[in-house]
Amino acid sequence: MSTQATQTRPGPSGASRLGALLRLRELPVTVALVALVIVTAAVNPLFLSPQGMKDLMLNATIMMLLAAGQTMVIVTRNIDLSVGSILGLVAFGTGSIFAAVPTMPIWLVLLVGVGFGALLGSLNGLLTVWAKVPSLVITLGTLYVFRGVNNGWAGPRQFFAGDRPEAFGNLSVDTLLGVPIITVLALAVVIVLAVYLAGARSGRDLYAIGSDPEAARLFGINTSTRVFTAFLVNGALAGLAGVLYASRFNAVGATTGSGLELDVVAAAVVGGVAIFGGSGTVIGAAIGAILLNTITSSLTALRVDKFWQQAIVGVLIITAILIDRLASLRHAKHLREREGRNV
Amino acid sequence: MSIPRTTHTKRVGALTATLAAAALALSACAGGGTTPAGSEGASGSAKTDATITFIPKQLNNPYTDVVLGGGKTAATAAGFATANVVGPLEASASSQVTFINAETQAGTNAIVIAANDPDAVCSALDEARTAGAKIVAFDSDTNPECRDVFISQVVAKDVALIQTKLISEQIGGAGEIAILSATANATNQNEWIKFMEEELKSNPDYKDIKLVAKVYGDDDDAKSFQEAQGLMQAHPNLKGIISPTTVGIAATARYLSTSQYKGKVALTGLGLPNEMRSFVKDGTVSEFALWDPAQLGEVAAYAAKALVDGTITGAVGDKFTAGDLGERTIEDGGIVIVGPPTVFNKDNIDDYDF
Repeated sequence: MSTQATQTRPGPSGASRLGALLRLRELPVTVALVALVIVTAAVNPLFLSPQGMKDLMLNATIMMLLAAGQTMVIVTRNIDLSVGSILGLVAFGTGSIFAAVPTMPIWLVLLVGVGFGALLGSLNGLLTVWAKVPSLVITLGTLYVFRGVNNGWAGPRQFFAGDRPEAFGNLSVDTLLGVPIITVLALAVVIVLAVYLAGARSGRDLYAIGSDPEAARLFGINTSTRVFTAFLVNGALAGLAGVLYASRFNAVGATTGSGLELDVVAAAVVGGVAIFGGSGTVIGAAIGAILLNTITSSLTALRVDKFWQQAIVGVLIITAILIDRLASLRHAKHLREREGRNV
Repeated sequence: MSIPRTTHTKRVGALTATLAAAALALSACAGGGTTPAGSEGASGSAKTDATITFIPKQLNNPYTDVVLGGGKTAATAAGFATANVVGPLEASASSQVTFINAETQAGTNAIVIAANDPDAVCSALDEARTAGAKIVAFDSDTNPECRDVFISQVVAKDVALIQTKLISEQIGGAGEIAILSATANATNQNEWIKFMEEELKSNPDYKDIKLVAKVYGDDDDAKSFQEAQGLMQAHPNLKGIISPTTVGIAATARYLSTSQYKGKVALTGLGLPNEMRSFVKDGTVSEFALWDPAQLGEVAAYAAKALVDGTITGAVGDKFTAGDLGERTIEDGGIVIVGPPTVFNKDNIDDYDF
């Protein structure tokens, strides 16, 4: 598969730099996002009012975190379908902590949430690596297991925004230079992860594993450890998303976060992450998450019938896969021609 | 374009993707509320006679929990041997059918149901009646042919009128308003909305109020939240929102209280005092309404017992005693009314705990 080598290739000339830009996997989704925002804002200027911008960013925050984590897993030719359930458990856990100890420092709750998520994620990782069963099946199982635990634990109980300290809820109200605090936090995490995946050797290993697991093993990459780590980090991010969910929304309970997993995978795929591993970037997935959320908001702002939304998202997913397929075909042809000349 | 050598492996890759997508789609279907939660069923106790089972729209819903709490207590008081609660975890149209079938097989004497869809449950309920069960609909009605009586919290029209009255007071009798409902096919919601629309059209006091949108949050916190947000953007002149559902009003209140619209856009509807307390105290919401949900369960349980005992048949004019709540009469359409709605504001909200 084509790796996203475009951004790491050293100092090309102006023309090939433009070529590299055009080949960026994130390009289609970025163009779609910009076009969508411009069109919507032209029809309804309120869309880009300060409150409108804030809502857009807040809506995308949680999905952005989840999509970034999911990218790490998908790149290794795996998938984690349990993220919605992990988010639900951590969100309800956050509600429970604040209900029991209202004076708990917020940073500690964030830490506990991330740790709890990492624990659940590592369970997925262990099962996938040890049992050598496709992660699609493992995480489909844990999707129901985690949700079941959540149902048993929460029952009909719910915790509301009023049960949590105001400072905690204000994380999703207050802004830093116009950007909500929880969005700043999510952006920082996404950037760190993006740099790691693009630059660090262990990050590059994930792409190698996803491109060809057997070759990666022969090359000396410890595939088990790497895949395990990807699941663990993804769980930790879902945990962080769970805590932020509790900060932003009113109620956390037994059904919090159900069904999110498909939106997350959709966001990653639309953002140029190849579902069969080996290529795609965290930044692309994050932009995909922003795009999907923005579609929802802009269709509302344009007063388009809600029921069209899902169809549009579906068309986007298929388009993304088609673009990806064309791009990889062209890339392969390009490589062959170049090799031919060099002989 | 020449066929590249790598075609084979790529095909495999594409195939994997297709399969994964198909599996995803399948799992999405599987997730649609098919997970039964504690389907103990009615275990048909041999000691005494009658058994009763409550099938709410959805388990683990705080409002439903209060209703069922009242219902189960009253069922025991009314003389049922066993009172059970079964139901789906997601409020979808067809999810209740398997539970009804299980009750029919268990030979339950009375089924008390809040229908997610008036038609989807009908054939299953008909089977249950053929097997001898009495059907009491509560909270949200089924088709009238499929049940014996329907216990309505309040007169549907009263619920609608109190909400139009509250919103009119809160926006000063003029301006654009919107409705944020639950699912688009919820029987009770649609009935209230219909009455609200009629009232807004016919009552001269409301001639300056314009209903500009109806949106559906599917009784999902996050979805209702985003719908509220969308309303504010699509309708910049919006003065008020009516949300006749407890999940919707709380989610909308949360959005308003965290946005620039707090205190500027009025919000009313039907809410649980415990969920709304902080929003009433911080000024996001001034007044909203609801009945006492526990009483709904109580009347349903007593009606079921009277039907099972044969003291009533469900005919118009039949009377039965609903414990401490006193006598209730079956009215036109086989409907029993529990009582008038209560209005909650910052002065009285602390008197209620549900």
